[in-house]
Amino acid sequence: MTATKPFSATGNQMIAEAMRQADPDVMAAYPITPQTTIVENYAKFVANGAVTTEFVTVESEHSAMSACVGASAAGARVATATASQGLALMWEELFIAAGMRLPIVMANANRALSAPINIHGDHSDVMGARDTGWILLFAETAQEAYDNTVISFPIAEDPDVQLPVMTTLDGFITSHAMERCVMEDDETVRSFVGDYAPANGLLTSPTPLGAGMFANGDSYMKSRYMLRHAIQDSLPVIERVGKAWADTCGRPFDVVDAWECDDAELIVVVLGSAAGNVRHIARELRAAGKKVGVVRPRVYRPFPVKQIAEACKGAKAIAIMDRADSLGGQYGPLAVDVLGALASAGQSAPFHNYIYGLGGNDLTNDLVHKVFDDLEKLADGSLGTGGTSYLGMQEAEGAQNIWLG
Amino acid sequence: MAGLKELSRKPEKLAPGHRLCGGCGASMAVRQVMMGLPDDVEPVVGCATGCLEVSTTIYPYDSWNVPFVHNAFENAAATVSGVEAAFKGMQRAGKIPADKKMKFVAFGGDGGTYDIGLQSLSGAMERGHDMVYVCYDNGAYMNTGIQRSSATPKGAWATTAEVGKDQQGKQQVRKDLTSIIAAHGVPYVAQSTVGHWKDLVSKAEKAFAVDGPAFLNVLSPCPRGWRIGSDETAQICRWAVDTKFWPLFEVENGVWKLTPVREKNLKPLEDYLRPQGRFKHLFKPENAHIIEEMKADVDAYWAYLEGRVESSKDATSPIE
Repeated sequence: MTATKPFSATGNQMIAEAMRQADPDVMAAYPITPQTTIVENYAKFVANGAVTTEFVTVESEHSAMSACVGASAAGARVATATASQGLALMWEELFIAAGMRLPIVMANANRALSAPINIHGDHSDVMGARDTGWILLFAETAQEAYDNTVISFPIAEDPDVQLPVMTTLDGFITSHAMERCVMEDDETVRSFVGDYAPANGLLTSPTPLGAGMFANGDSYMKSRYMLRHAIQDSLPVIERVGKAWADTCGRPFDVVDAWECDDAELIVVVLGSAAGNVRHIARELRAAGKKVGVVRPRVYRPFPVKQIAEACKGAKAIAIMDRADSLGGQYGPLAVDVLGALASAGQSAPFHNYIYGLGGNDLTNDLVHKVFDDLEKLADGSLGTGGTSYLGMQEAEGAQNIWLG
Repeated sequence: MAGLKELSRKPEKLAPGHRLCGGCGASMAVRQVMMGLPDDVEPVVGCATGCLEVSTTIYPYDSWNVPFVHNAFENAAATVSGVEAAFKGMQRAGKIPADKKMKFVAFGGDGGTYDIGLQSLSGAMERGHDMVYVCYDNGAYMNTGIQRSSATPKGAWATTAEVGKDQQGKQQVRKDLTSIIAAHGVPYVAQSTVGHWKDLVSKAEKAFAVDGPAFLNVLSPCPRGWRIGSDETAQICRWAVDTKFWPLFEVENGVWKLTPVREKNLKPLEDYLRPQGRFKHLFKPENAHIIEEMKADVDAYWAYLEGRVESSKDATSPIE
């Protein structure tokens, strides 16, 4: 294995490179900000003969995922990329891709959903895919976007998994900002991802195969039950593949990145790029003797329940930061998952849920400081547990507990 | 083209025992179209959600003797695009032998083709996939219970185009989908019926012979929705053509050809409408004007097609 020298690249470039190295048989894609540069980069690879991929420039995201479903059912290695409204338009197809157990790899440049229309980063789009049966990976950096994309292919295509994987990065923050990156050479990646040759493809099966059958009652429920187990049981495979890639490239892989959690009393749980902002402040606080920790799930579906509970074991207060809301529900989606993980482990600690950074709204150092200040108050009882706030919104300041009034 | 005897000996791509109604035009469309496939070419069939799909693939049964894929309602063309792209990509990667010949076929009803699937179909035709798309047009959403589509003829009753005091069935003329697809400049587009086996099989042969996209719009009566007997499917197609209601035509590399109706076969439009319960309200005296309007529409469409034939007769290459 020989890594390239460090170079500057955006997250989107790094994803395009990882996809080139995996050389899917089919890419069907449609442009949408902030994903577009992934498919633009890929179109250059196609034009220059750098890949054998059949590049299908469809007329919508719905058709993009529809064509991916057809291609994957045919037995091809398949990749695509989307964001925001495009992911929303695919919603029907996301369920079908997972239900048909098709190992499609899709990058999503996480972006806000309309209305109002907004092109910047948040997790509203990807949280709509939360319950679809897709494995969801969140990258913090452009480098991680590359690594997550490389491992997505062998995870998706593992005979025991056979599920679609969404490899996500935060719109603009990670998709477009230049970062210091490295990539492994083509041979290393190709041998790592291996060849994909399923025995049950429409084009590869020795006998005529039927895909996408109609199932009533019992057979429908059985199929969904098997899907639940497939995604639940994919966590050890994700861990195994991620660790194998870590051994290859020398960059760590954990399904949950638990920063300084061994003795942490005040813990922030956060997804994606914002973890860097939170750790930046947490480092200062550690230097000042505060026992703070930062928990970042790199794998969001399947939700790493045990690893989250383990990381939060010593917490005296927990802040869960959601870059999306679950409107009409009490907490954002990440908070609901974290609270479920703690409850199932018999753990509890005072907590507060923050909705932050919607539509690319900045997560400033001051706001992160406010979260840690609140954690101290939660721990000493001067702030009650169970509230939800829109971080940085004056209105929310006045009504700390939106749900409870 | 092979004779009836030879065609009847071809292996069936769609096995008997499926759950479509007696007299259903959809299965007839499938069988006749697939008879046009050369023996040395393997097909993959895709299907939009609809009667054909739900009646032939009820897990754990599958009536298809060929590889079959169903995805959803509006995306049979996009799905089959993906299968075709997989074939090309896998062949390029050396995963499929370079000399293997395959054809990619999509079936959709009029709801899945004229309406919800039009965008997907248009995209697939424009991109030039090696695909034969077949619309089995029964003129309504029959699977959900006879709701009007943009293929439903003017004047026809449907459960969402009711007959009552203020309205006499569907008020709008049907969309001319065949011309819309022809406007994509694809190599082969044709219109036929399941009651004209010779016409349909030979058009299917031409469609399969094309290296690229082809489209067949096949009138496929639905006894349940049209309120006809299950033994009347083929006959009603003959009347559809002999009254000029459903012209048989094709557009081959930009050249339009219209099958004339012989003088001795020509029938008044009423002969097509009267046997169908979905048009029975039109025969009340106060609705006579609707039939007159329909006749004018039929004549205008026929004249339009004659114009296309005349203006394209010297064309020698696809529309570019």
